[in-house]
Order: sequence, then structure tokens, then C-alpha cells
Amino acid sequence: MKQLMLGNAAVARGLYEAGCRVVSSYPGTPSTEITEEAVKYDEIYCEWAPNEKVAMETAFGASLAGSRSFCGMKHVGLNVAADPLYTMSYTGVNAGLVVGVADDAGMHSSQNEQDSRRHAVAAKVPMLEPSDSAEALAFTKLAYELSEEFDTPVLLKMCTRVSHSQALVDTQERVEPAPKPYEKNIAKYVMMPGNAIRRHPVVEERTRKLIAWSETAPINRLEPGEDHSMGILTASTSYQYVKEVCGDRFPVLKLGMAWPLPEKLIRDFAASVDRLVVVEELDGFLEEHCRMLGLNPLGKEVFPLTGEFSQNLVAEKLGLPVHSGRTLEDAIPPRPPVMCAGCPHRGLFYTLNKNKCTVMGDIGCYTLGAVAPLSAMDMTLCMGASVSGIHGFNKALGAESEHRTVAVIGDSTFMHSGMTGLANIAYNQSNSTVVILDNSITGMTGHQQNPTTGYNIKGDPAGKIDLEALCRAMGFRRVRVVDPYDLKECDTAVKEELAADEPSVIISRRPCVLLKHVKLKPPLAVDTAKCIGCKSCMKIGCPAISMREGKAHVDNTLCVGCGVCEQLCPTDAFASTEQEG
Amino acid sequence: METKNIMIVGVGGQGSLLASKLLGHLLMEQGYDVKVSEVHGMSQRGGSVVTYVRYGDRVCSPVIDRGEADCIVSFELLEAARWLSYLKPDGQIVTSVQQIDPMPVITGAAQYPENLVEKMRAAGAKVDAMDCLALAEEAGSAKAVNLVLLGRLSHYFDLPEEAWQEAIQACVPPKFLALNQKAFALGKNA
Repeated sequence: MKQLMLGNAAVARGLYEAGCRVVSSYPGTPSTEITEEAVKYDEIYCEWAPNEKVAMETAFGASLAGSRSFCGMKHVGLNVAADPLYTMSYTGVNAGLVVGVADDAGMHSSQNEQDSRRHAVAAKVPMLEPSDSAEALAFTKLAYELSEEFDTPVLLKMCTRVSHSQALVDTQERVEPAPKPYEKNIAKYVMMPGNAIRRHPVVEERTRKLIAWSETAPINRLEPGEDHSMGILTASTSYQYVKEVCGDRFPVLKLGMAWPLPEKLIRDFAASVDRLVVVEELDGFLEEHCRMLGLNPLGKEVFPLTGEFSQNLVAEKLGLPVHSGRTLEDAIPPRPPVMCAGCPHRGLFYTLNKNKCTVMGDIGCYTLGAVAPLSAMDMTLCMGASVSGIHGFNKALGAESEHRTVAVIGDSTFMHSGMTGLANIAYNQSNSTVVILDNSITGMTGHQQNPTTGYNIKGDPAGKIDLEALCRAMGFRRVRVVDPYDLKECDTAVKEELAADEPSVIISRRPCVLLKHVKLKPPLAVDTAKCIGCKSCMKIGCPAISMREGKAHVDNTLCVGCGVCEQLCPTDAFASTEQEG
Repeated sequence: METKNIMIVGVGGQGSLLASKLLGHLLMEQGYDVKVSEVHGMSQRGGSVVTYVRYGDRVCSPVIDRGEADCIVSFELLEAARWLSYLKPDGQIVTSVQQIDPMPVITGAAQYPENLVEKMRAAGAKVDAMDCLALAEEAGSAKAVNLVLLGRLSHYFDLPEEAWQEAIQACVPPKFLALNQKAFALGKNA
């Protein structure tokens, strides 16, 4: 049946049809919906793991036990899971194992735009690269066949425009794969030097076989064109832009397999055209391969290494006509993302700004605490770096920073890789203050459960890790919980914990205001007779508050009555409205 | 048939995902090749958001570029202006007149431009502007702006009313069906 399906949902459908039985992932834009869609199939066991490394090792265990398995993550998540990946390349698999990784060219929701194809080369594992939803489904199924035929984990490389675009797919029924009972095999699965030394040549031989396979694989497709002045080597979403711009004018070699790359196929293609052009987003990866083959293509000399491509960009770089549009003379102010009205993080960041704290930040919605007027962040690097980073900062500066520096990290990020940093603070004894922003959910990626929420991916009751008990067990004597809607309480806690001569943890606890079970209060309104226009309420950067004719104004479609602004008003001008919220 | 392009623009959280889901369903049922491209994640937190809907005999790129949109459907006036350069020379804008100040305007670092509808018209764009929020509230919920806008958009499509109604039924939870049907009708007849 034909259906319009999101690329990520098509991967999930592919998992279902391929008979996948175990999925363990960590959410990360743009990969999250693969697992959120997979959980809708009862035949697949799905879970959110605490991080990508745990997810991949879980999938490996399931593969070893004989179940086709999968783990999904965003590009930077693959760095976290690189450790198991690089050695799984040596062990190979029992039942098929596919790793979904989604790149984010343009950084719609990421801290860098690394190119995951590099991991495939370094780990020496094959990587498939779909260019739309139909291929996402088909390639997922093919990945399982390759995984089992060549005894290797297979990477499935998605990107924002494939993951988050809907396109038509044809679905089929699920086929249960033949059972693959677990058999003990120390030489293959126990990677100590004596065994690994024998496995490495197997890996190199496998790559040679995969290159031979790729020379004639139908997913590496030659599309003829009449105009041989140019031949375009391309893949993924870049292929779609090329076809949009050029139609069937030029010959195109469309690669469905990003690694390993065919050698003869590319050489023959280059020989059949006047000029070889490589169109690829991010790194000049295919281009470098061409150069290793002794070819001299046009590539990053004209195409950018940064950001997303589009049809106009491809047309312009190929010297073809480009569409243009009209503009207004007025400057259009940018609209960056902001913390939502009623976001529980706001009160805490206001407090940190007010106390002129140096703030080690982390990855999540709360990275928006760096945006004016809160501007309460000094560093954001990667998952967990706030907790490890503050330890190093304080070791370097000592008392000079210990009494004014804090680390902030969300509940899910803390479970992901904040715990190990906290263990370092406890063990190597820095007087650091860590704030866990516990909004009881993984917020930025769209509300996934995590080990501190008490619920699993299906929303059923699950194990719940007690953050206070965990911190105390690590040796923290000063652990306190505050309500971020209470500015006085936050201010007292931050001042006292920074002044203390021992490390401490502040848990700022209030559920994300977007959670369905959170009861919202009626919006506030400003008594314009009382408002003196002092703009004290503007210091918190709430999108619901603006100034109208010199007085504060509350947008009642956005306000959820959190009351943080009320606490800043010197004239008591805010009051609750009576209507239901 | 040449590929047709519709952009849905607005502020994160305004409901553009339902609008694109509904349009995608509608166009697929009409037998077109369809691609719909969305952005999830951080931009949804009150940022500027854009969804691309493309349909025709064969659609390749999932995105719409400058000068290509046949129609821009906008939940917010400034966002319509922001994406104006994406409109085709003879393209149509359907927009709500709602104004939501972005943070740089709230903090006083920038001004919200005045008279945007007139300025867009002066620049040669066809603009159909209306108070969709008021109509959505009349239908029963401020959240139904998306269906009001789709109702208005249906003027510019040569598709039977039954096809729109079928798409609404397929994409809206039964509990909110009547409300959304009313919002669609109010938008259509405004």
C-alpha cells in the first residue's frame, strides 16, 4: 500500500519488515522518530537507553543472542558509541545489526555538523545512504541482509532532509528471519589481543569483498543523460537537488552505499564524461576517493563544505539558471528559538545571571539560557561536559572560581554522561556546585522518558533512579532540591551552595510546562495603573511579556501563569485573570 | 504536471505540523507524487519554522528555494515577510494578521516592521490577510488557526470540498473533528 511516510518512520517500517526484534536508542534530532515509530510495532522490543554507547552494546548483545537488532542516534551520538562500533567491526555479528545515524547539515538542532561517513571508514564497516523515504525503507532491509551475509554491523546514514521529509513508500509484510541460535565462539567474540590479531585481517578481507559487491550493487545506480559535457557523482539528498535542477540532462552516478566505494564503477563513469563533478554535502568525501583513484573532479573547489545544499545552490554552482524572489526594504528581525513561556529553567537562569555566576552549560533546551537577556552560560560543548568541565575550571582557578561557578545539566543529559563527571568531582575533590535541571523528561527532542522519570518508552511504569540518593551515594553531603518558580528559594540555594566549602548538588525540580499532565494556571494580566514601566519583568526573557506604550503587556495566548515575572514586579502590577487557562 | 510548491511558515508551536500532514494526505489521495519537509528539534521552541509541501508528477527535492513557492501559508505576519523572497513572481500569500514579537523585538534590540501587508502588496505579492486567531476562537479554540488557514488556502486549489473533508477526518482526532471542521469552514467563507 502506498503511504506518505517520514524518512525516520520508513526506517522503522524497514525494521519491522526485516524482522528486527530489539531496538535500543538514545534520542537525538534528527534521529529520534525512528525509535518512536518502531515502538508502535508490537513485534519489536524498543527502549530508550541512557546513552548511545549503552544502546549500541545492548543491540550487540541482542544480535549475539540471535535477534536482528538496531540502535539509532544522531551524528554526535555516534562519537559516544564509537568505542563499541570500532570493535564490533572485528567481532562481526550473529543476527543482523544495523546502526542508524542521522547527520544534521545546517545544524538545525546540533552543536556541530560532522560528517558521519568518516566513522564508516575509520571503523571499517559498510554504510548505506538513502536519499528519500522509499530508499530509507528498502536500505534498512538490505542492511540486514548485508550484515548477515558479510558478518558485520552496517551503518545506515540518514540526514535531516531525509529523516524529516515525508515521501511516498510502498510497504510490505514482515518476514521473520530464520533463527540464529547463539553459539559460543571465544575466538570471534572475545576481543583480547590474541583473538583480535586474527580478526583484523578478516575485517580487511571483508572490505575487499564489499568493494566487489558494490561494483555491481543495484543501489549504486548509473542514470544515463544525453549531455556528456558533465557527469555527476552524488548521493543522499544532494542527488535529489541534482535531479531537481538537471532532470535527466546529464549522466548521474547515484551511490546508495557511502562506504566502501566502488572503484571500477567510478573510474568507468569518469571516463564516459568530459568532466566529473561531485555533488555532496559537508566533507569532500567522495571527491577524496576520486582523487585517490587518480581522477580530478570538480567538487569542493566550488561547492561549500558547510551548511545544507538546495536546488538553487546546486544550480548556481553548476552554472545553470537560478530562481530569485523579491524582498522588502525593511529589516526583518530574526526569530531565534527561546525558552517557552512558563519554562521551569527560566527562574534558575535568572538567578544565575543575577548572581553573576560563571556557568558551564550542557546540551538540551536549557542551552537557551545562553540567549539574551538571561545570557547565563559560558560554555557548551557536548553531553556531560558541564560537570567534567567545572571540575577542571575549578582545579585550574581554585577558590577564585569555586565560589562563583556552577555547572547546569538536564536530568536526561545527567543520566547520559553527567554521572561520570560527578564521580570525578567526588573522587578528585573539587569544590564544585552542580545544578541538575530536573524537568522530568528529555525535553529538546520532544519528550522522551529517561531513567529518572519512572516510565519507559511506552509510558508504562519502569525503574526510577532517585537523583538525591544517587548523589549522596557518590559522597555529596550537600544535596538540596529547589522549585525554580520560587526565585527567593533559588537565590538562597545558589548563594549558600557557592559559599559552602565542599561540593554540592542543587536539583532544580519542576516538570516541563509542555507535558500534558502539567496543570497550567490562568494567564496573568498587567494592571496598567500600577505598572510604572520599569522593565524589571523584562529581565527574564519571557516570550509572553512585551512593552506596549511604556507598560508591560502579557500575551494571554502564551502565558501559563507561572508567576516568575510577578516576583520581580516592585509595584505588584501582575494579577491572575479569572478565566480558565 | 510541473511541481507545485506550498510553504507553511510560522512560529514554533503554532501547529504547522498538522497543517502539513493534512495537505500531504490530501495531495497523495489525489494521486500526486508528494514530498513534505519539516524541521523538528530546537527551532520548535518559539523560533521561526518552515514546512515545505511539494506535489506533482515527480518530486525530487524535498525543499522549496527562493522564487519557487506558488503559495505561502503564514501563521504570523512577520514570518510571511521573512519568507517573501521564496514566493514566485505570481505567487499567493495567505496569512493570519497575528503578530508575535520575536525576542529581539521584546528586548528592544529590533523593531517589528509596520504595515507589512501593504508593503508586501507594494512589492508585487498577492496577499490574502485575515484575522485567523479570531476565527479560530469563534470555532472554539485558538489552536485551530491551522484549519482556518487551510480553509482559506482551499480557495486557491482546484480540489473538491469532499477531498478536503476526507483529509480533515483522516488527520484530526475524532474528539476535535467538529471544532476543526468549523474552523475550516470559517476560514473558507471569511
